[in-house]
Amino acid sequence: MPQTLFDKIWESHLVARRGDGRELLYIDRHVLHELHAPHAFEQLQKQQRRVRRPDLTFSMQDHTVATKPGRDDSTNPSGAAFLKAMREGSRKNGIRLFDIDDPEQGISHVVAPELGMVLPGATHAVPDSHASTVGGLGALAFGCGTSELAHILATQVMAMKRPKRMRVRFEGKLAPHVSAKDVALRIIAELGVAGARGHVVEYAGAAVRAMPIEQRMTLCNLNIEMGGRSGFVAPDDTAFGWIAGRPFAPQGALWDRALAHWRTLATDDGAAFDREHVLDCSTLEPQITWGTDPSQVLGISGRVPDPAADPARRAVIESALAYMGLAPGMALAGLKVDRVFIGSCTNSRLPDLQVAADVVRGRRVAAGVVAMVVPGSTTVKREAETAGLDRVFRDAGFFWGESGCSMCAGGNGDRGEPGERCVSTTNRNFEHRQGPKVRTHLVSPATAAATAISGRIADVRQLLAGQA
Amino acid sequence: MQPFTTHTGIAVPLFKDDVNTDHIAPVQAMRALKPDYKALLFMRARQRDDGSEDPDFVLNQPQFRTPGMLVAGHNFGAGSSREAAVWGMLANNIRVIVARSFADIYRENCLQNGLLPIVLEAQDADAFEQKVVAVNGAAPFAVDLQAQRITCPDGVVFAFDIPPADRMRLLEGLDDIGFTLKHADEIGAFEKRMAAAQPWLQIAADSRTS
Repeated sequence: MPQTLFDKIWESHLVARRGDGRELLYIDRHVLHELHAPHAFEQLQKQQRRVRRPDLTFSMQDHTVATKPGRDDSTNPSGAAFLKAMREGSRKNGIRLFDIDDPEQGISHVVAPELGMVLPGATHAVPDSHASTVGGLGALAFGCGTSELAHILATQVMAMKRPKRMRVRFEGKLAPHVSAKDVALRIIAELGVAGARGHVVEYAGAAVRAMPIEQRMTLCNLNIEMGGRSGFVAPDDTAFGWIAGRPFAPQGALWDRALAHWRTLATDDGAAFDREHVLDCSTLEPQITWGTDPSQVLGISGRVPDPAADPARRAVIESALAYMGLAPGMALAGLKVDRVFIGSCTNSRLPDLQVAADVVRGRRVAAGVVAMVVPGSTTVKREAETAGLDRVFRDAGFFWGESGCSMCAGGNGDRGEPGERCVSTTNRNFEHRQGPKVRTHLVSPATAAATAISGRIADVRQLLAGQA
Repeated sequence: MQPFTTHTGIAVPLFKDDVNTDHIAPVQAMRALKPDYKALLFMRARQRDDGSEDPDFVLNQPQFRTPGMLVAGHNFGAGSSREAAVWGMLANNIRVIVARSFADIYRENCLQNGLLPIVLEAQDADAFEQKVVAVNGAAPFAVDLQAQRITCPDGVVFAFDIPPADRMRLLEGLDDIGFTLKHADEIGAFEKRMAAAQPWLQIAADSRTS
């Protein structure tokens, strides 16, 4: 019977069926971060349990680290206890830690693929809802809570009920200055924040095939924002080429053997999905959120909805408009902003920064706008500096930070001031997410860069056309 | 894990959809390794701008100050995987959430902590919500997991479904890790098989140092 790639990966990782009917799925790579892992280390210690496979487990310091140049543990005082507990727990359990001063420190979802820890057809777990970012390389990744994290440490398996299958095909060719972020926001708008609940989503179609790996990661990163259990893109030569030579990836004869296997990783023709959805991307324009959840999205030329025209969702729309300080029917383009943030596990890889730098080069951040770029890893930072991107941003008036979750996580000292309007490349525009009463608009790196220059929410295509 | 058999308490109406974990457990309230989980629950919604208590927020209303269960809308617990969004419930003695639906990770976190997630049939959900509004915190509702029923203060009973596996896990308060470790031999055998079939998955070595 024809099988989906999800089922193939699942079945090849199935260890046993537990007494309660749950399936035990083997986890090939487990990546931890300091906001949640310390509690799990403590639980295991109390129960006198050991970590089964420290050699398949990695620790990252990302959520609570400060991004100020020259930072250390004390720069963000509330993070110090987490960093220390992570250090101790990782040492005691024999887990390799990428500490705050490690030359390869960074956001777990950026560092793991960058170092070759992520492989096609492998299973991953991270105690973070954006775990499926690494699905961009064809890995099946699950976000989990702290108890499940402790469970994986002790057993190297996750106990789950098999999710349903969903396929989303993005067809057509993306217009210039439209990227995976815009595609993801549009599909979340169409399917809703619970649209993929209970499903693992395979992203397919011509537009996905044409995306470089970093954009596929952006797409898979946002899978949780429509409620998906996991999301991935079947691996292809673009993925294999991206992984080749990375330090934790197989080398030599083992690489050849792995590659031969990876080439078999595809959904069979005729395999059945529980749900399928198709989106034609050829006419898509840059997208932006107007409200307080990631499904409240407009094209950049669009207008804010009128609650009176949508009785079923009237209260929700009214509440979002009130929080965001917007009126029904108004355009977002042209609205004055206070802050622009480029970074987070969604959009902080080198090509994201390159796209933003191409918009910024030779221009200045508008007066009164606080603009920040925070690379997703110390490696990305170093590569960006080698390419001179830091100069482009700093000359324009951007803050250029050390790598970390920064303005996405809210626990590291980086946040906006009450009432500020912040245009951001992150993944959640929830109320107070970026600081008390901060009004967040989610966008792509290109739109964020154009907005920083304009000082107003901008259509990057118009800004660049004005240059010609 | 504390087993769940029965729980009796005041039912708090919070009928909004898509209540997310940032709302339930603001990350700003998680700045310490051991935060005050009781105070953390809906911390921002509980306060007005000046930091004083917001009397309009449901958990601040006199009849809901000692809650026992929460009654919510669709997709409850959307967003992040933070388990503090469940620990905050337990710290406030909320051991049952009746919702139209739950976000996947949040529901799993409930099961891991002995918090019973209930989804009623759509028709029952309407009637149950009406009951909760009518009772308005004046008397407790009783939940019996063994019998799979909620009894309202007036004696009206709502039956609910829950997958047998989840029910058993809650009733027995299973040590989830211990339960899985009964399969330790199979995990070891799997690792041997995988090391032969896809050896690159059983090795995560840094080629620069190994």
